[in-house]
Amino acid sequence: MDSVFLFIQILNGLQYGLLLFLIASGLTLVFGIMGVINLAHGSFYMIGAYMALSLTQLTGSLPAALLLGIPIALVLGYGMEGLFIVHLYRRDHLDQLLLTYGFILILNETQSIIWGDDAHGVPVPSWLDLSLPLTDTLSYPVYRLAVSGVCLVLAIAMYLVIQRTRLGMMVRAGESNREMVEVLGINIRQLYAFVFSAGICLAAVAGMLAAPIESVYPGIGEQVLIISFVVVVIGGIGSIKGAFVGSLLIGLAQVFGQVLLPEFSGAVVYALMAAVLLWRPTGLFGRA
Amino acid sequence: MITLPNARTIAVLLLVLAALASVPFLGDSFYLKLATRVIVLAIFAMSLELLIGYTGLVSFGHAAYFGLAAYGLQLLSPEYDAANLLVALPASMALAALVALAVGALVVRTRGIYFIMVTLAFAQMLFYLVRDSAWFGGSDGAFIYVKPVLRIGETVLFSLDDRTGFYFFCLCCLVFTYVLLVVILRSPFGQVIMGIKENEHRMQALGYNTYRYKLASFVIAGTFAGLAGFLFAAIDGFVSPELLGWHQSGNAILMILLGGSGTLFGSLFGAIAFVGMEDIFKERAIFGPLADHWQILMGVFVIAAVLLLRRGIAGWLVTWTGRRSPSLQERDDA
Amino acid sequence: MREPLLETLELTRRFGGLAAVKSVSIAFAPGEVHAVIGPNGAGKTTLINLLSGDLPPTSGRILFKGQEIAGRPAHSISHLGIGRSYQKTNIFLNFTTRQNCWLAAQSRLPTSFRFFSPAHRRQDVAARADKALALTGLEARAGRLAKEMSHGEQRQLEIAMMLATEPELLLLDEPMAGMGAEESERTVELIRKLAADHTVVLIEHDMDAVFKLADRLTVMVNGEVLETGTPESIRTSPAVREAYLGEEEALS
Repeated sequence: MDSVFLFIQILNGLQYGLLLFLIASGLTLVFGIMGVINLAHGSFYMIGAYMALSLTQLTGSLPAALLLGIPIALVLGYGMEGLFIVHLYRRDHLDQLLLTYGFILILNETQSIIWGDDAHGVPVPSWLDLSLPLTDTLSYPVYRLAVSGVCLVLAIAMYLVIQRTRLGMMVRAGESNREMVEVLGINIRQLYAFVFSAGICLAAVAGMLAAPIESVYPGIGEQVLIISFVVVVIGGIGSIKGAFVGSLLIGLAQVFGQVLLPEFSGAVVYALMAAVLLWRPTGLFGRA
Repeated sequence: MITLPNARTIAVLLLVLAALASVPFLGDSFYLKLATRVIVLAIFAMSLELLIGYTGLVSFGHAAYFGLAAYGLQLLSPEYDAANLLVALPASMALAALVALAVGALVVRTRGIYFIMVTLAFAQMLFYLVRDSAWFGGSDGAFIYVKPVLRIGETVLFSLDDRTGFYFFCLCCLVFTYVLLVVILRSPFGQVIMGIKENEHRMQALGYNTYRYKLASFVIAGTFAGLAGFLFAAIDGFVSPELLGWHQSGNAILMILLGGSGTLFGSLFGAIAFVGMEDIFKERAIFGPLADHWQILMGVFVIAAVLLLRRGIAGWLVTWTGRRSPSLQERDDA
Repeated sequence: MREPLLETLELTRRFGGLAAVKSVSIAFAPGEVHAVIGPNGAGKTTLINLLSGDLPPTSGRILFKGQEIAGRPAHSISHLGIGRSYQKTNIFLNFTTRQNCWLAAQSRLPTSFRFFSPAHRRQDVAARADKALALTGLEARAGRLAKEMSHGEQRQLEIAMMLATEPELLLLDEPMAGMGAEESERTVELIRKLAADHTVVLIEHDMDAVFKLADRLTVMVNGEVLETGTPESIRTSPAVREAYLGEEEALS
């Protein structure tokens, strides 16, 4: 394989992995801190993608759509946590699965009513609609680099918030020991509401950023959800570091799977998951 | 610990059974088909209940075994001839069992939320394999043109093409599944899996290799899901990858919740409620234009059911017949 | 000394950087009641968890009848004839007392992969369970749900379940924890009775009980063995007094 081609594939894999990280990090924190399994997490990726579609049409610019979409996603997440998820903290996983499954049914059908069942494209902002020439024949789209950049900035911001702020200290405490949070007298309700809304918002941002790369179509949320599960299983529940490593691994596995094993590309990520499970049943960075 | 239901519960069950047995005599093919669906889905939910309600393993990928056995029938049916039930049914169930063994060997190592995610992920892997492989007929599904028959030598004893006969065959399968699962739950093996659900750590300390028992339970559940899937494929003579999809798994969990986890027969009530609701939500006369978007109604119903209906229909029935949850009761004659 | 029934050699278990059990070598002779005492955090429960297979050791050896068992899973160690009770009651709360013991007794069947015969018709299992119930005086409570019993009764059930597996060696992790004086007294009697035909490893904070029961004692401090000896030698040891007994109330 030619080295420039390889380089492009690595960039693609990293870019996809970084997007996955935005989704999986929220999922893993909600699992780890709140003990809740949220199947509807992927639906907010879908909502993000469709918001990018409509808000770009409305405002004429993707960055403006992002600025409008973020508060909308936060409000949706905050509302869902306060009205519904709050009833699930003392329930078993079965109830959590079903309630959030109900949300998927509603959100999917609502999407179908509002936007229909066709695939839509979202234009890349014109000032980013460029390609970097790598060789005479190969080039790399600047928008993908920009997406990777935004994801990296968000990942670093997340790291700084978690490592350096009081809020982050609560998240870390919750990550390692739920009882300890209560002992520390931290307002657990506020912490949960924040973690949940932030997770939802990150998933929606991922959807908005991805919209111009992939087209927007029904069912994108579910595909992403299941891949995010794989990431969380590989990385270990509740571990942000695990989500980061897992996302990049899956991103690269997916991209190279498509190139090297096109017939089985769908199965490569699951094979990777099976291998990790055999080796470490609680994930690379999970606690036993 | 599992018990035989008490006299009043048995009476209610026999009444329901009699009502189901009388459906073919209504002479309405629509309702006959609906009732067939109810029974087949009840078998499916019951198989999952062995995992969720009695082994404590919340599988979100149970449809994989249901769907694979359905494809088993499709693959074993000659294009213009009927498959023999005596071959196709055991072979399809064996296919489901083998895949359940392979997947189970990996997933049973995990617990809790991991188990949910991993079962879902492997089921999706199988879904994509079936959907994307040319072998299975692709994403549009495939037809079974001739329904299977029960054939010994050259003599055809019975064909699933006969709607009424097929219906009673399904009903017998349901009763068989229920009785067999009750027997299994009362056996030493059944006691072990219930002990695992209650306190796996102590079971290990007592000397049980819990991994093996959980795996066996996973395989038994997968095999009966296969029975249901096989029958389901024979209803319409059509299979599609969606049979393996996670919505199908979600529906089975929903049936268990509606019926009430902790009783096997609850799955039957769950299936009745589920199919009934789906049918009602699709009714334009009641819901007008919303009926076209019945998924929203279903979603609202699911959310309401989780928040309001804590113990399911069976839980209510058990209370009404004057007992605590039967899973907690000891047999008096023990 | 006779050939030990159970022996640890340089047994160590670390949690991260912290060594909960440090290079512990103890020999437990057949037929003796061997108490392991020490202040909180001395590593006693971790030691029991290593012996029962609930935790794998970081390094070191555990020999049972001369056979290496370190790192074996708990279920396999149980089948060698090592039974344990837990400090934190670890029973099947939604089962009745008898069912708890049944399940324990059933573990001694060659296999529980029996799918069709009713479990409650196994006479051998029932006999083992009933014997354990009788020994612990729980017969009258046999039909009660475990979660509906008093703390003391649950502690008795904890021991009954262990006995129903018919072990040769008993690992008792604070059997008297949280018990009243009268219940403690009964448990001491029970252990004395069991000691007649079992080897017992006993962890206990109740020093009266320990000195009544133990043939030998091992004192652990900070994960290490300070001293092993007869009750008399431990009672008079200046090192033990200084390191451990000094903080407790004076021994009688």
